[in-house]
Amino acid sequence: MAFSIYDFTDLAQSIHNGLSSSLTPVWTTVIEWAIIGILYILFVALFGLFLVYAERKVCAAIQQRIGPNRVGPYGFIQTIADFIKLLMKEIINPKGVDHFLYNLAPYIVIATVFIIISMFPFAPGLQSFDFDIGVFFVTAVSSVGVIGILLAGWSSNNKYSLIGGIRSGAQIISYELSVGLSLITMIILSGTMQISGIVNGQADGWFLFKGHIPAFIAFVIFIIAGTAETNRGPFDLPEGESELTGGFHTEYSGIKFAFFFLAEYMNLFIVAAMVTIVFLGGWQPLHFGTGNGFNAAMDLLPPIIWFFLKVCTIILLIMWFKWTFPRLRVDQILTLEWKYLLPINLFNIILMSVVVLMGWHW
Amino acid sequence: MAEYREIIFNSDKIQTDDYFVNIGPQHPSTHGALRIVAKLEGEIVQSIDPVIGYIHSGIEKMCESLSYPQLIHLTDRMDYLSAHMNNEAVCLCIENALQVEVPERVKYIRTIMDELTRIASHQLWWCATGMDMGAMTTFFYGLRDREPILDIFEETCGARMTFNYNVPGGLMFDIHPNFQKRVKDFIRYFRKKLPEYDTLLSGNVIFKERTKGLGVLSKEEAIAWGVTGPSGRASGYSCDVRKLHPYSAYPYVKFEEKLATDGDTFWRYQLRIEEMWESMKIIEQLIDNIPEGDFAVKMKGVIKLPEGEFYQRVESARGEFGVFIVSDGKKNPYRLKFRSPGFSNLFVLNELVKGVKIADLVAIMATLDLVIPDIDR
Repeated sequence: MAFSIYDFTDLAQSIHNGLSSSLTPVWTTVIEWAIIGILYILFVALFGLFLVYAERKVCAAIQQRIGPNRVGPYGFIQTIADFIKLLMKEIINPKGVDHFLYNLAPYIVIATVFIIISMFPFAPGLQSFDFDIGVFFVTAVSSVGVIGILLAGWSSNNKYSLIGGIRSGAQIISYELSVGLSLITMIILSGTMQISGIVNGQADGWFLFKGHIPAFIAFVIFIIAGTAETNRGPFDLPEGESELTGGFHTEYSGIKFAFFFLAEYMNLFIVAAMVTIVFLGGWQPLHFGTGNGFNAAMDLLPPIIWFFLKVCTIILLIMWFKWTFPRLRVDQILTLEWKYLLPINLFNIILMSVVVLMGWHW
Repeated sequence: MAEYREIIFNSDKIQTDDYFVNIGPQHPSTHGALRIVAKLEGEIVQSIDPVIGYIHSGIEKMCESLSYPQLIHLTDRMDYLSAHMNNEAVCLCIENALQVEVPERVKYIRTIMDELTRIASHQLWWCATGMDMGAMTTFFYGLRDREPILDIFEETCGARMTFNYNVPGGLMFDIHPNFQKRVKDFIRYFRKKLPEYDTLLSGNVIFKERTKGLGVLSKEEAIAWGVTGPSGRASGYSCDVRKLHPYSAYPYVKFEEKLATDGDTFWRYQLRIEEMWESMKIIEQLIDNIPEGDFAVKMKGVIKLPEGEFYQRVESARGEFGVFIVSDGKKNPYRLKFRSPGFSNLFVLNELVKGVKIADLVAIMATLDLVIPDIDR
């Protein structure tokens, strides 16, 4: 069994060969699905816990505190302890809720997270699904998540939740436009919507550098819109705790609240991973041109480390926003999107088209 | 549930009442047990109705059965962030009634403590305002700088919030030998740290967009509603008791009464930041010149005020704080009334929030700087 940290294709292939040599094709597929499913559940749980821990440490550093440091070395077990506490809490069904929708909403939110993550290439060969409309599929599924939030707001029978849900709907649907348009800008440059094609197209330089000014504009807009999509500060109106106490998840407790909580952090990962894939080359190491000594030195670091390095940098940036900026108001959020980001984005698409047509990119 | 469905599916039964949201009494942005009943149309506030009294403890009535030195200890439970000013107001009222002249040293120390209290109060207000606007980091920056002040208080009188440092006729103890050095250290430290407040919050474009032109209070309205303190001065209403009716050592110091004309949320915010600069100036003028002498004059064992009515006002961190004592010559007051700034500042809120978003309601409430025990008493 050939194994290399640099390329997982051989590993996947050898597992597949080993399984299909002794099993029927149907059972091979079922077992492969089960393995992949368990791996994703583990990844979401562990990376979600890591992100919660990271956020507590990052915000502590920004706020001149120490952060969790009692449970385990550097407080590393603290989030696990908190998560166990959350799981053991009573699940409360308040009076007057629409039980079916109330119970359904957290599952919709967490399910979209799993579907999107299955599209991401973590390293060469570490990707579950890869079809020719990959980017489109990711944006399409990510807009399903808002349905869960709207349902949670509607079904909770709470005025705070309702306002939070409506705000969330207005905000996420608006910012989907910016996310979509800045992705279109980059698709013009890459020439493909297939995620592996986008990543492979950046072997001789990341799209952020290849696309000159329009790529940089699209990058900034994507980060702003992506932050808004994740409902994080300064765009955390749907749960704006100083006005709405908890927003759409005010009435949720226990495991259902944990789903919303986990989904929020995994959405943060999804946005950072999309930025990484589309602008920063996915798992591609930092390359300039082809076949020089600099590229060879960069190749020493395994692609999976490159991927998570880039993702964590973007996550750090988004966390930094949250802990420094005051919250925007609902009309200002919509003004920012419809009056500024959308026109800039439309103009940027034309600019990118001109750049690609004239061959100014490299 | 069944009734709920019935209402939804039988359209002639759809309720078209006004849409009310309760903010409080347990809510993160009311800073205490205050309940705001907001009438909303979507996100837009149509009117609000503040409901107070959740922590009413009858302090004024209790004072009627206490002797004068005893009732001072109740006053710092009202506006716990300007506890020293409240104590001082009662003491000044008693001293004026008895026509006792306190030593110069007492006046200086009282004024320094006043201004330190004001800085500490504005710091906490700044923390809370940032939180209400969604900027969590402000809370820790503000508390970091408040800590040295509380340490000074602790060393001076043993308490960090409810001081009881004033007694009729002077102070309970003399200052600690370290007092002057530590206050000077603090001023040096805080002069470096206060610009951080601007870079973190007031310089932020989101903050400016959210506060400028929001909740405008005109000068006439401010006077009509009795809005005092920085909230009133932001509307151009010159109401600084330290300037208009100087007490303690305020006649000896040079400082500016900061005024603004816009009367919006941003200026109510900005004036408090500027007041912290002014407070530091006042302390710097006094701290090196504390005269030698007694820290209190000898008062009679049982203090009895002469028959009559006495009023004394001071500038607390929130505005004009007044004490009105009606005495019938006995050892406890016949009737006692506090004029608390928070009460008047709260009830102007309804005028300010008409037509704003629900998030702005929180922002406006934050810059009125409400302390709920001050309102409820």
